[in-house]
Amino acid sequence: MTTSTGPLFRIGDRVRVRKAAPLGHVRTPYYIRGHAGVVERICGAFPNPEELAQQRDGLPAQPLYRVRFRQREVWPGYRGSPNDVIELEIFQHWIET
Amino acid sequence: MTARATKAPRGAQRSGRYEPYSYFQLMEVSLRELLVEKGVVSEDAIAGAMAAMRARGPERGAAMVARAWLDPTYKSRMLANGSAAAEELGFEVPGLRLIVMENTPSTHNVIVCTLCSCYPRMLLGLPPEWYKSRPYRSRVVREPRKVLAEFGLKVPSKVAIRVHDSNADMRYMVLPMRPAGTDGWNEPQLAGLVTRDCLIGVAVPRLPASRGSPKPAKALKSPKFRNPRKS
Repeated sequence: MTTSTGPLFRIGDRVRVRKAAPLGHVRTPYYIRGHAGVVERICGAFPNPEELAQQRDGLPAQPLYRVRFRQREVWPGYRGSPNDVIELEIFQHWIET
Repeated sequence: MTARATKAPRGAQRSGRYEPYSYFQLMEVSLRELLVEKGVVSEDAIAGAMAAMRARGPERGAAMVARAWLDPTYKSRMLANGSAAAEELGFEVPGLRLIVMENTPSTHNVIVCTLCSCYPRMLLGLPPEWYKSRPYRSRVVREPRKVLAEFGLKVPSKVAIRVHDSNADMRYMVLPMRPAGTDGWNEPQLAGLVTRDCLIGVAVPRLPASRGSPKPAKALKSPKFRNPRKS
């Protein structure tokens, strides 16, 4: 768990989602774990949903990024344009540092 | 606790046959009855809130789109801050963090929530059943072109598809492209073209005339509107 509340990444940075499988309520879908994408925007900071689900306050709030991934890098054998993308919201503590 | 498993819950008889409460339905009924019993909320308040939620359709989202088509400065504000743009039109959206994604000739946007069914209900009403279904949620992320084609929307390969998974705190709405042949239309006329599915991104606004063979331009002066709730 990162203790910093400030954003460590900027728009345009290439980031990789942690490949982890913690128990409990997690808002990072399995299909995107371990994949790399580019920060599309910074949404602000929000209480950590994994902590909220345990009845805790979720603080310090975690910076939340919208990250853009190339479909061809996410799905083996993806059919469609090489420009097709998928974008998700990734909390900072889910990004590899 | 007065919940009885013999009482058919809402929606449990969709197929016309009796189904017992699921674990979570039973929990919901139990909690609701306790809250009423202890005087925290009233049955009327719950019924009223549910009726208001059911009555809400996509009209607010459609109105925002129509305004954006007519007013480029509103459009810029909407793309910069969707929630503020909703409030500008008098739509209260407490707690909603709305991001509006603009369709362009080179990009088509489509919204999903793979983890559950996150949806800007304050602006679009209740999500359709298919939006909450596992097939839509699991397939539109990995084969969006095929899923959109099943909705009747063929996206040319030169147009990139952006899928937006609303997996955390943001909610999303698509700003579709204004269809050709709508010059001179006013805001309510334009809003009438914007269906719920257009705002999710599984459809694009079309003139009623363009569904079959093209009709003469003069037919466009008195457009017939599809009921936005119907689709």
